[in-house]
Amino acid sequence: MGDLLINFLSGPVPIEAYLGVSLIMFFAGVYGFLSRKSLLMILISVELMLNAADINFIVFNRYLYPGHMEGFFFALFTIAIAACETAVAIAIIINIYRNLSSVQAGELNQMKE
Amino acid sequence: MQYTLLIILLPLLSFIVLGLMDSKLKPKVAGAIGVSVLGIITLLSYISAFEYFYLHKIEGVYEKLVPLHIEWIRFNEFLHIDLGILLDPISIMMLVVITTVSLMVNIYSLEYMKGEKGFQRYYAFLSLFTFSMLGLVVATNIFQMYIFWELVGVSSYLLIGFYYTKPSAVAASKKAFIVTRFADLGFLIGILFLSFYTKTFDFNILNSGDASIFASTAGVSFMGISVMSWTMGLIFIGGAGKSAMFPLHIWLPDAMEGPTPVSALIHAATMVVAGVFLVARLFPVYHTYAPDVLHVIAYIGAFTSLFAAVIACVQTDIKRVLAFSTISQIGFMMVGLGVSGIGGHEGHEGLGYMASMFHLFTHAMFKALLFLGAGSVIHAVHSNEMNHMGGLRKYMPITNITFLIACLAIAGIFPFSGFFSKDEILAATFQFSPYLGATMSFIAGLTAFYMFRLYFNIFWGKEHKHEHTPHESPFTMAFPLVFLAAVTVVAGFLPFGKLVTADRSEYIIHLDPIVATVSIIIAVLSITLAALMYMKEKETPKQLATTFSGIFKMASNRFYIDEVYIFITKKIIFNLVSTPIAWFDRNVIDATINNIGVVTQWTSHKTKRFQSGQVQQYAYVFLVGTLIIAAIMLFV
Amino acid sequence: MADQIIFWILAAIMTVFSILAVTSKNIIRSATFLLFVLLGTAGLYLLLGYHYLFAVQIAVYAGGIMVLFIFAILLTNRPGENVKTEKYYRKVIAGITSFAGLAFCGHIIYWNVNKAYTLVATSELKVQDIGHTLMGTDKYQYLLPFEFISVLLLACIVGAIMIARKR
Repeated sequence: MGDLLINFLSGPVPIEAYLGVSLIMFFAGVYGFLSRKSLLMILISVELMLNAADINFIVFNRYLYPGHMEGFFFALFTIAIAACETAVAIAIIINIYRNLSSVQAGELNQMKE
Repeated sequence: MQYTLLIILLPLLSFIVLGLMDSKLKPKVAGAIGVSVLGIITLLSYISAFEYFYLHKIEGVYEKLVPLHIEWIRFNEFLHIDLGILLDPISIMMLVVITTVSLMVNIYSLEYMKGEKGFQRYYAFLSLFTFSMLGLVVATNIFQMYIFWELVGVSSYLLIGFYYTKPSAVAASKKAFIVTRFADLGFLIGILFLSFYTKTFDFNILNSGDASIFASTAGVSFMGISVMSWTMGLIFIGGAGKSAMFPLHIWLPDAMEGPTPVSALIHAATMVVAGVFLVARLFPVYHTYAPDVLHVIAYIGAFTSLFAAVIACVQTDIKRVLAFSTISQIGFMMVGLGVSGIGGHEGHEGLGYMASMFHLFTHAMFKALLFLGAGSVIHAVHSNEMNHMGGLRKYMPITNITFLIACLAIAGIFPFSGFFSKDEILAATFQFSPYLGATMSFIAGLTAFYMFRLYFNIFWGKEHKHEHTPHESPFTMAFPLVFLAAVTVVAGFLPFGKLVTADRSEYIIHLDPIVATVSIIIAVLSITLAALMYMKEKETPKQLATTFSGIFKMASNRFYIDEVYIFITKKIIFNLVSTPIAWFDRNVIDATINNIGVVTQWTSHKTKRFQSGQVQQYAYVFLVGTLIIAAIMLFV
Repeated sequence: MADQIIFWILAAIMTVFSILAVTSKNIIRSATFLLFVLLGTAGLYLLLGYHYLFAVQIAVYAGGIMVLFIFAILLTNRPGENVKTEKYYRKVIAGITSFAGLAFCGHIIYWNVNKAYTLVATSELKVQDIGHTLMGTDKYQYLLPFEFISVLLLACIVGAIMIARKR
């Protein structure tokens, strides 16, 4: 048992372990995006998915092209863009709430009719 | 003779002014405008007639004057539609007839239509009619004639439907318009044929006797009949429609729904003779290139004449009697043209043409007089029915005398104008065929009979109790009667043969003494018969009616021609042609379009929920789609 | 060995909290769980040797975005208001779909990426290199995207203020 554990833990972390974690994060985000009604929850789910993508960039960069920095910068810019996106989205949500007293995605259909 | 343009344009101006101002003008002012314009153009047309017949004769032949000629639409170097004025004996004669009768009707209407709603409109329409009729007779080419021909039809329609709140008047106006329009289709096709083969519309070229323009028709035939016969026959259909020849006569009796002066002007004196005028205008073409059609015209005229005369004998509505009498008399004119030749003054070949035109002239006068007299009677009695009248001679002496003069004229009693013109037609017909001549003499007898039946029933016979005593019409109505009666008395002595002939050269009228004597005898006998039957209240007419109940009933119902039309249109055309077409239109063409709409609507209803605006739904669809595509790419 | 242990602990934290973050009924809790996930992500960056990115992740996400979230939640939630629960079928459908996606992608990772790649080096990325790369204009250098991002950020700041300000 102990040997097995030591064997398992020996050497570097395998790439698929990272990918598995990011995969679970991503689909947790997808689940949240599809199932939750509150706009803020949708936004949280989007953040989760973005982070999962970031992890993938970083992992691929580190494992496949250790001498390059493309993945790194992609992740960096993604974080910046995520910040922008969140700022604007939250501004919109607050504005919507101010006008409609609701942040439920299903109820925002005034523009439709 | 440039001023003849004024004759045409002044009524148009008056129409525009009256039509635009309409009720802004006082009725009296509108009437004054109408009458004064007509007065001016009547004067002008008399002046032009004198000038023409005195000054424009070269070596015994009247010139064809074209004082105005404008090229309007040019198709190619040969074919162009022009507008212009053509003056020759018949158009000058028609100018005189139209302006005279129109003036009389305008004066007469001042009183007759007084207080009617739409008095100004009435005068506007009268002006429009006068303009179009004058334009028709002076047309230089067949297309201009067609344009005015349709304008005349429109103004006739408007005037018949003048009492547009009355359903029968509306129906009558529609009937008149549709029937004549239907006939005009034939006319139009004829025009197209004619212009196709001759490359011209111009009357002067068509009538010039130049054989080269008809060269392309030689040897062309369809169904065994030469193309010129087809063409001229089709053109005659147009004329038959306007002139109420059998079987296109059905609109004319109904057209009596219009005001009586309108009937006098349009449906007795001027418009209904347009067909006769058309044949006369193209007479050289008919005579040279389609003599068979000319004979057909003669027989159609004779049949129509007989047919209408028989019906006229049993009608009780006085305006209807006059309407059928008009049809009958137009039949006379058609016969006169149909049996005529050109020139040949020794053998009297051109007699029919001259007689027909002469009859047109005299008939216009005395038939207008009859209608205006009838209008006067109706004005007094407020009814069209014969048996509401009777014994009116005591109350209406002027109407009585003038009506009697007109009846004598139409019956053909010397020295009234109808005698001369009718006897010349009879003489020409006898020359053509004794049988046809005998028929026409018989019809002349019938004419005398039914006219005096009418006369005696109105002015003699048993007096009908009136709600208020009938009274003589005032001066504005009496004056036209007197004037037209005077014309009717003296017109027979006009040297008509010197003025209007087929070849425009002088023609000495030669009265056949045998024909004249016989026809006078027939007329007198018929009048006597009518007097015996209707002068006093007697049982004879009723007995006769029961004895010949079959034919009496048929004639009363106008030989069921209207019913035949109704049967053909409603049962045959509507059921067998229109209904399937309507079905096809509704269930195939419309249904295709509608179903496209329905399908589109259905599809959009169904696909509407895809466009829900729910971001999460979009994301879901997007995700599922991505997964499916990825799976396909990976596993398939 | 130590790397592995740290990684597995982080992985467990991230997995559990990311699932909790999207399923929790209380939104403020969700935000808190999200914060844990973000911190865990930062830990992974550290583990992979990207110290700068670790700092950025902490500063921007945990310091900036999370604060925004908390403010937004406080602004849009009335005190004492019941949280609306989602419909059941909606959760099921979302769950099935997510699970299908998870299984599909997991399958791909398991069969295709399988041990082909191993970590070569885990040396720390120098901030000096990052600075040169970010400010350079050569190939594989990122001055232009950097400027774009800065303009975008400015636009977002102005836009967010415009949208959210009271009229």
